[in-house]
Parts: sequence; C-alpha cells; structure tokens
Amino acid sequence: MAEGTVISQSVKESAAAYAIIREQFGSAVSEFDGNATMPFFEVLDASLWQDIALFMRDHAKLKFNYMACLSGVDYFPEEKLGIVCNLESLGALGHRLAVKVSCPRSGGAIPTVSCVWHTANWHEREAYDMFGIDFTGHPDFRRILCPDDWEGFPLRKDYKVQESYHGIKVPY
Amino acid sequence: MQELDIAGLGSVRVTRKDNNVVVIEKGLATDQMVLAMGPQHPSTHGVLKLECLTDGEVITEAEPYLGYLHRCFEKYCENVDYPAIVPYTDRMDYLSGMNSEFAYAITVEKLLDIEIPRRVEFIRVIVAELNRIASHLVAIGTYGIDLGAFTPFLFCFRDREHILSLLEWASGARMLYNYIWIGGLSQDIPADFTKRVKEFVDYFRPQAKELYRLLTENEIFIKRTIGIGIMPADVAINYGWSGPMLRGSGVKWDLRRNDPYSVYPELDFKVCVPDGRHSEIGDCLSRHLVRALEIDESLNIIEQCISKMPSAEGFDPKAAIPKRIRPKAGEVYGRAENPRGELGFYIQSDGKSTKPLRCKARSSCFVNLSAMKDLSKGQLIPDLVAIIGSIDIVLGEVDR
Repeated sequence: MAEGTVISQSVKESAAAYAIIREQFGSAVSEFDGNATMPFFEVLDASLWQDIALFMRDHAKLKFNYMACLSGVDYFPEEKLGIVCNLESLGALGHRLAVKVSCPRSGGAIPTVSCVWHTANWHEREAYDMFGIDFTGHPDFRRILCPDDWEGFPLRKDYKVQESYHGIKVPY
Repeated sequence: MQELDIAGLGSVRVTRKDNNVVVIEKGLATDQMVLAMGPQHPSTHGVLKLECLTDGEVITEAEPYLGYLHRCFEKYCENVDYPAIVPYTDRMDYLSGMNSEFAYAITVEKLLDIEIPRRVEFIRVIVAELNRIASHLVAIGTYGIDLGAFTPFLFCFRDREHILSLLEWASGARMLYNYIWIGGLSQDIPADFTKRVKEFVDYFRPQAKELYRLLTENEIFIKRTIGIGIMPADVAINYGWSGPMLRGSGVKWDLRRNDPYSVYPELDFKVCVPDGRHSEIGDCLSRHLVRALEIDESLNIIEQCISKMPSAEGFDPKAAIPKRIRPKAGEVYGRAENPRGELGFYIQSDGKSTKPLRCKARSSCFVNLSAMKDLSKGQLIPDLVAIIGSIDIVLGEVDR
C-alpha cells in the first residue's frame, strides 16, 4: 500500500531526528516511540526542557522552527499533568516529531518555551487556564479563555464546577 | 536644562537664566490613553477586545482579550462519542464548517486506520473547496467594508449565496452542515449536483475577475493596505502562522501540498504566494492577494474533481463508517488546510471508551491572532483596523 510506505518514511525521519537529540541529552530523554500516528519521545528531566527546545530549534540537522500545537494533558489516575508539543521543520527539513513533558499534579512546574517559539506563549496560557500547569518564566502568565477570577481548572478530570459566579448560577 | 514637576503645570522642562527659572517646554510628556476597542466593535469581526495604549493616534501597545465566545469545545469532546463531535466542529469556524469537519474526520480516520471510498474523497474535496471560496468571499467582502469599500461586500455576499444554496442542497443546512462523517458522508450528493456546481464555476469565474478589479486594483484600497503590518517570513513561522497568512509572507506552504491528505496529491493546483510586484511581501495587501488568488485555484480543483469523480453506481456513502467507533489506545495529531490556516486536532484515546480521553483543537485564527501585539506596535489606529481585517479571524474558532 502506497500510503503505508509514506507513513513509515516520515517515522524514519522522526527517528533520525530523535537520535541526534538522544546523543546530546542522553538519559534526560526517554526512548523513542515510533508509532504510525504520532511518533514522540518524552523529556524525563523537565528542567532541561528549555535547553532541549532550543537545541531542537537551532541544530543544523534538526531545525524544528515551527510549533504546530501544544496541548495540555491530565494523566488522571497518575498524579501527573503534562504537555504534548507537535514540532515540525517547516520549509527546511520537513520532519516532524512530538515531545511530551510532564510535571507532578500539585506543585509541579514546566519551564516555558515561549522564548523559543512565540506560538507557545498563548498555548501555554491556555494550558494553564484549562489544567493549571505552572510555566516558569512565562512573560505574560495569566488566564486566556476563562475570566481571571474563575475558580478551578476546567479540563482537569476531577474538576468540579463552581456553584455561582458573581451571583450567576453556573451549573446549567 | 532640567525637568521639574511644578504643581498645576505637570512635568515641564526648564532652564535657568539670571537665577530665574524659565519654562521652555510645557506638557511634553503627553499622557498615554487606554482605548478599548471591542468587544462590541464592527471592525473586530466578532467579540474580540483590543486594549490599545495610544499616544495620540499612534498605538504603543495593543493587547487582545479573548474568551467571550468560549463554549468549552474540548470539555464537550470528553463527554460525547466520536461521531457526536462532528457538529461541534462546525460551530468552531462557522464560515467554513465543511473544512472543520474534514479536518476532524481525517484525524479520527488516521487513528482508526480505515480506507475511505474514492467517491467520498472527491465529494469531500468539492464541498470543502466550495466552502473555502465562500469563506474567502466573506473575508474579502468584510475587509473591504473595514476599509470603506461597501460595494465589493454586496458582490461577495450575492455569490456566496449561490454556494450556500448548493451546500444546503447537499447537506440540508446552510452553515452548520454535519455532512462529512467519520468514514463517510451523511448522504450522497443529489443527482444533478455536479452539473449545478459546474454551472456555478462557469458563472463565477468572470465574477471573480470583476471582484478582483473592483477591490484588489482599487487605488484607495491599495494605499490603505500596502506596506502595513509587515511580517517577515521567519518571524511568521516562529509565531506558528499558517494558511494565507504565512503564504502572504512569501512562504510556499500549503498542507494540501506539503502534508497531503485525501485526493489532493492527484490534483493539479498552484500554491499562491505574492510575487512582490503588486505588494510588499508580508503586508496586509499580500495576505489579501493570496486569498483573492486562491479562489481561482479552488475553482480549478473543483473542476478537476468533477471530471475525476467515480460514478454513483452502487455507491453507499456510509459503507466505510464503523458501527461503533472505538479506536485503539494511542494518540494522533491530524490537520488540514482550512481557509484560515492549519486546523489541527490532537486526540488521545484510551482504547476502551467510545469517547476521546482528550481532544484539543489547534485553531488557526488563535495562533494567527497571537502575533497581534507585535504587528500593531507603532501603527496608526486606522491601520490597526486594516491589520485585524487582514488576519481574517473568526472568533468562534479563536475561543472555541
């Protein structure tokens, strides 16, 4: 099947890009997960995330200049929150790779990468708004979609909606 | 010369002459004024609020405030089955519902790994491209209104009406279609649909040229947009821009070509970028030009699809739709070229449930709008209107 070969080719490119990152950062990154739908690796030491991001953007053989998406995720039964970043080398090398970073559910933080990709600025604000993930060093850290005085983080799996907001009954 | 703060006069610059204080300049430091534009302002194209810090007519800073149209799309997704999300995607970008459904459908199909009948693919491309033209017509028409040209708007809406009638005939709804389902379509196209579409294409080609002459070659319009809000290509990529915005900055990037899906690899079309002869690359006029040129390419795509489409004999649009959609555990990021850029869906499935564990919509306008602060710095207020219009935001998609 023609489509099957195309997919495996792009996974191969992602694996080659991962190998360069692995060589530089060793055990700070996890093994490569080469699934067909979204190949990714995890950053095990979140404090290195900014360095890894900068390396991925600027290395001559990686050139991940485009952040397509940054999604917050709640791994509920585990005590973890995380982000998934879909990166791509747009116009330059053409490969794609996803990166996952996670932090403890209470008191954890992830370094911001809005200084590496401007896209991350609003997406990190959204991840904070919806999941309460703390991004250290973010230049403009506040809610973006919900009002500033909204209580709780709506997309957490254990979210309970507040009874009233400025005298308005909330649960519909 | 020194600066003093004298009660009653405010900040003044003074000099001393024979032991007397002589005021030489008064009230130099003009106060900056906060000007709230929106959420109810016609030029913000919906409920967007821009808090502008202005120094006279010049904008020092413009901070966008969003969320007035937030409808918890992602929270809904976690509580309904996969097929039930399709109508919600319509309501994100309500000007191009077909394209949003298309992006969502191909994402879930990627996760399910199912084969789609060829006729379904062609019908999807036809309706999506029709919807792209309709969406660009709104973008172009309202952009004209923003800059004081009223007539093109009427032309655009007259022709858009033809497209909406066609799509209504196929799906039963004018804007919120629920037509492209996961694995198929809600129904086949009516018997004479392709004939009527062909008639529309023949009718519309000269109209598109007229529209081009009326607005894009209008001197007042050009003077309002050329050289305004210039975005260099590398900064545009760093901001995550996509679609006509990125192509306006001269980057030849189109997901239909660069990350092909459906039957786009078989179709012959140009990726439109400004050539720098009519506009400065990356300015508001370039972005407008890209949209105007893309209408023609969409017409080409539609014609090719009509001639290549397999016949309706023995065709069942629901043949490939799974009875129960429960993808295996895993994640997927799927995307498609929307009229406004890259619409992506990140979906996480736990393999047990018929509901997604997480469904994030990567909205193109949301990302494009995030550069607003950078674009508006140092611009005049009337130019700010030109910049917002050129971003072509749909607040339904920004706020989701």
